[in-house]
Amino acid sequence: MIIDSIITRLNSYICITEKYISDYLFYRMKLLVCVSKAPDTTSRISFTDGGKRFDESGVQFIINPYDEWYALVRAIELVEANGGSVTTVTVGDATCDPIIRKALAIGATDAVRIDAIPTDSVQVASLIANYSKNEGFDIIFCGKETIDHNSCAVPAMIAECMGLPYVAIATSIEVSGSESTLVAEVSGGTNNVTVNGPFVLSATKGMSEQRIPNMRGIMSARSKPLIVVDASDVSKMSEVNEFKLPPVKGDCVLVDADNAAELVRLLREEAKII
Amino acid sequence: MSVLVYIPTHDGRATNAGLEVASYANAISSGSDVVALVSGDLSGDGGIGSTGVSRVLHYATDINDNSQISKLVTSAATTEGAHTIVFSGNNEGKAAAPRVAISMNAGYVPGVTSVSGGKSFTRNVFSGKATAVVDVNAEVSVVTITPNSFGIKDQGAADASVEAFSAEVGDSKVTLNSFTPTSNDGSVPLPEAVRVVSAGRGLKGPENWGIVEDLATALGATTACSRPVGDMGWRPHHEHVGQTGITIRPDLYIACGISGAIQHLAGVNQSKVIVVINTDPEAPFFKAADYGIVGDVFEVLPKLTEAIKAL
Ligand SMILES: Cc1cc2nc3c(=O)[nH]c(=O)nc-3n(C[C@H](O)[C@H](O)[C@H](O)COP(=O)(O)OP(=O)(O)OC[C@H]3O[C@@H](n4cnc5c(N)ncnc54)[C@H](O)[C@@H]3O)c2cc1C
Ligand SMILES: Nc1ncnc2c1ncn2[C@@H]1O[C@H](COP(=O)(O)O)[C@@H](O)[C@H]1O
Repeated sequence: MIIDSIITRLNSYICITEKYISDYLFYRMKLLVCVSKAPDTTSRISFTDGGKRFDESGVQFIINPYDEWYALVRAIELVEANGGSVTTVTVGDATCDPIIRKALAIGATDAVRIDAIPTDSVQVASLIANYSKNEGFDIIFCGKETIDHNSCAVPAMIAECMGLPYVAIATSIEVSGSESTLVAEVSGGTNNVTVNGPFVLSATKGMSEQRIPNMRGIMSARSKPLIVVDASDVSKMSEVNEFKLPPVKGDCVLVDADNAAELVRLLREEAKII
Repeated sequence: MSVLVYIPTHDGRATNAGLEVASYANAISSGSDVVALVSGDLSGDGGIGSTGVSRVLHYATDINDNSQISKLVTSAATTEGAHTIVFSGNNEGKAAAPRVAISMNAGYVPGVTSVSGGKSFTRNVFSGKATAVVDVNAEVSVVTITPNSFGIKDQGAADASVEAFSAEVGDSKVTLNSFTPTSNDGSVPLPEAVRVVSAGRGLKGPENWGIVEDLATALGATTACSRPVGDMGWRPHHEHVGQTGITIRPDLYIACGISGAIQHLAGVNQSKVIVVINTDPEAPFFKAADYGIVGDVFEVLPKLTEAIKAL
């Protein structure tokens, strides 16, 4: 018995040492992708609890499209080309597990779920930063924004919490050693930038194409590690007091196809817009 | 106590996005001083005073890195004892403002669309399909204003005093290699455009975009497109509007040969007036439109362009 356990322990030491040496000899990228759960894009939006909460009944949840199509797929491509690993991290409860399994099926190496209900961006970003602090990720990939909150806040906040550079709204990334070159959308155009060392990015259209998981991916996703960690104690700085639906548009005024001048008159005299 | 607004300059003047932010700050200030922190070359005050700003803190170096902007704004906000810090919700504001929220231990409310009091802010959520009133639970609030949602409000001629401001902003770890303008035809970038002419798969092919561009030119509008059109390479990616593209809020949005799928509407449904031109009277877009023409774009667009030129 004792001998057995000593051998197991020795073996695991040897494994760890080997991994350490190989990581040292052969540079392996270690990427993190922040993946959030979002209501399907066709969901009917309604609220309950006197307008305080999004009504999830009958709503299908998906991986937030920016996180899936752009951040996750590009991270997987980089690792396929250069070696390394892609870990996903999600702040959420167990209802997130199906979308996390999908991320694994698309090609992530392993997944971490920080077990907390997301409340505001400060809380989500602090939790992700606390987890990432000691993990030594080379690049932290996020989506541009979640399609429910549309904040575009979490990635910049993770960067600030960790003291890292942040490249916002990137449409492409190429990595060579510790140097990354990106194209990012800015007012009136795009910037081509280079960052040395670890940083955070938010990804948008252009980065990569959507990938449909294949059967092998789906099968292997079942046995890939999905580790659930407890949430550290962080405060939230804001909360939604009330959700409201926009006023319903009145009926559309139809103008005859031959009468473009009438449309122009309406736009000028009624809508006073031109 | 004051409201601090961050205004970058362009060609020696405050940007329009910056003046809009200053106007918003003036509207919510209720007695607090409105202080503008301006970074970059400032040859004149360029209208900042007339938005109601009382003092301008001028940081003369042009900075682009969000970490440096954040350090600069945090330093000014601390010196000034700001209770509210306002940025434009353009890409630069979205990149720097959340950092300031963390460094100031503040609450963050992005995409604010209207004026409200105290620590409550109204913003758009669910890609424009709903709004949310958000309460900040911290002493300081950091907010960004959705471009074009508030406008520039001239409070009459007034000069703001300009003081030099300096702060330790650290080095940038992001090196800028080059900048490529999206459009060199001089048209306004989509997120700031007041008029937009947009077209979809109904145009049949990229060779047919002349009639869309003619209408846009006649109106002084910027062109946009639906996602499949961007995906097929008929139009450049940056024109794609919708849930997974750009969200816009122009005064006038003209949709030509676009069906009005929910994901498309998510990016444009905050436009003030929507005009739809589609051969199919059942196209869902008509339900979201203010004005519509059931007709063929190839016939209607040239006529519309003529009618506008005749104004
Ligand atoms: C997750 C997800 C995200 C998406 N994000 C976006 C997004 O951000 N933006 C976006 O646009 N789409 C998005 N889509 C796609 C969206 O669902 C629609 O497929 C797309 O908007 C349709 O584009 P369209 O209207 O150009 O083409 P179609 O749906 O093919 O419509 C063409 C229209 O043109 C009309 N037409 C044809 N000929 C003429 C003519 N001669 N004159 C006038 N009208 C004519 C037809 O009646 C029809 O209504 C998304 C989809 C998904 C699943
Ligand atoms: N609950 C979450 N768990 C993991 N990542 C998240 C979460 N919320 C947001 N993110 C990441 O942050 C990006 C921007 O989100 P937001 O700031 O909410 O618009 C998303 O595209 C995700 O990559």
